[in-house]
Amino acid sequence: MKPALVLALLIGAAVAGPAHAQSAAAEGQKLAFDRGKGNCLTCHVIKGGDLPGTIGPELKDIKAKYPNRDDLVAIVTDETKRNPQTVMPPFGRNRILSEKEISAVVDFLQTL
Amino acid sequence: MKPRSAIPVASAALALALLAFATPPVAAADTVDPAADAKAFKKFFTDKFPKLKPEDFVNGPYSMNEDLHKQWEEKEQFPPYEFSLEAGKEMFSKPFKNGKSYQDCFPNKGIGIRQNYPYFDEKEGKVVTLELALNRCREANGEAPFSYVKDDMAALTAYMAFTSRGKPFDIKIPKDPRALEAYQKGKEYFYTRRGQLNFSCATCHIQSPGERIRAEVLAPALGILNAMPIYRSEWSGMGTTSRRFTTCNSQIRGVPLDPQADEYRDLEYYLSYVSNGLPISGPGARP
Ligand code: HEC
Ligand code: HEC
Repeated sequence: MKPALVLALLIGAAVAGPAHAQSAAAEGQKLAFDRGKGNCLTCHVIKGGDLPGTIGPELKDIKAKYPNRDDLVAIVTDETKRNPQTVMPPFGRNRILSEKEISAVVDFLQTL
Repeated sequence: MKPRSAIPVASAALALALLAFATPPVAAADTVDPAADAKAFKKFFTDKFPKLKPEDFVNGPYSMNEDLHKQWEEKEQFPPYEFSLEAGKEMFSKPFKNGKSYQDCFPNKGIGIRQNYPYFDEKEGKVVTLELALNRCREANGEAPFSYVKDDMAALTAYMAFTSRGKPFDIKIPKDPRALEAYQKGKEYFYTRRGQLNFSCATCHIQSPGERIRAEVLAPALGILNAMPIYRSEWSGMGTTSRRFTTCNSQIRGVPLDPQADEYRDLEYYLSYVSNGLPISGPGARP
């Protein structure tokens, strides 16, 4: 891992608190950026990610917008429930990500 | 990047819903109205991109903004499809082993006819694409068919498109219920979500044209076939309509169909029909 990233994660940890949430968030970031997994950068600008697309809104201030983490789990699991026309893939319903992976991604989202 | 609120997304979705369900998905044949579809289709894109005229859409991603349009103009100075075009021209007039050539298989010796393909063949009861007609011509003359996706097939269609540049797409739907059904099936295919990522063709090319998916700018569905075949830097080579359809299906982690499967023939019929009136611009060059 690049030193700058480690540093960023450490700073994140100081803010985010418990060590296990921190490592889950780091895992979540990996999943979110991995082209074979979440590949969220295809559509979203996300801090720390390269070559983002423009289809979805930038993912930032997520904790303020969605204080309830269940809402985030629901969005990532199947956004078509909230918006049947959405272009966002149903990561949970179509088993692109497991429940555990979605939970890690949500931990990561809450650091944004 | 400019921040985007959920509002444009929502309005695009609404427009899509209107477009998709203007006629019920599995409507009885007598309620299918291709002419009205084509009109609504054009209006959707010209409303969304008010600066563009319908004929401006034929350059795919390069039609989406001025910077991209400049890139396109620069590319056209030294077109990367030139080698393929030359090869196609030579192949086209060269006789087969039996002395005949492609010229004998097509109206007007195959010159300036790209805009009429695909057509509905009332004898066969199915849509016939240009790629299919080329391989049928080969087989009828005792030659082995070409791969549908690139190389020779791309060279031949590049040449045929080039001799038709500027001619408006002129796809006909004969008064035959099977033709209307083929059109309707193509339309349904276009709007049906599939693959692990749950995308339809419309998700990308109607809901999101001009947006970037990672680094690629999505082409608008209007005029999306007018530039076929295309040279793509990403492929370091040419690709046909078949190649593009199968690639787009793989991208969504779906199972691509065989090139020239009935579904793809119908899909090409639908997409070409709704671009009627827009000029052939192929062969094209793409990032
Ligand atoms: C193909 C495009 C696409 C992909 C891939 C994608 N999203 Fe989205 N996402 C969207 C769009 C578009 C919206 C806007 C809301 C809607 O369409 O319902 C959205 C909305 C969201 C929201 C709500 C944002 C807000 O401000 O309200 C979150 C959170 C989110 N996405 C997370 C993710 C995560 C995490 C991933 C990857 C695991 C991901 N998205 C992958 C397109 C995508
Ligand atoms: C996940 C997004 C996505 C989906 C879904 C998708 N495509 Fe594409 N398509 C692309 C990308 C990316 C390109 C390359 C950039 C461009 O030209 O749009 C492309 C290019 C094309 C092109 C060439 C356009 C040009 O001018 O270069 C055609 C034709 C096309 N797609 C047809 C289809 C059809 C038909 C379907 C459904 C079977 C489909 N696409 C589904 C992403 C998609």
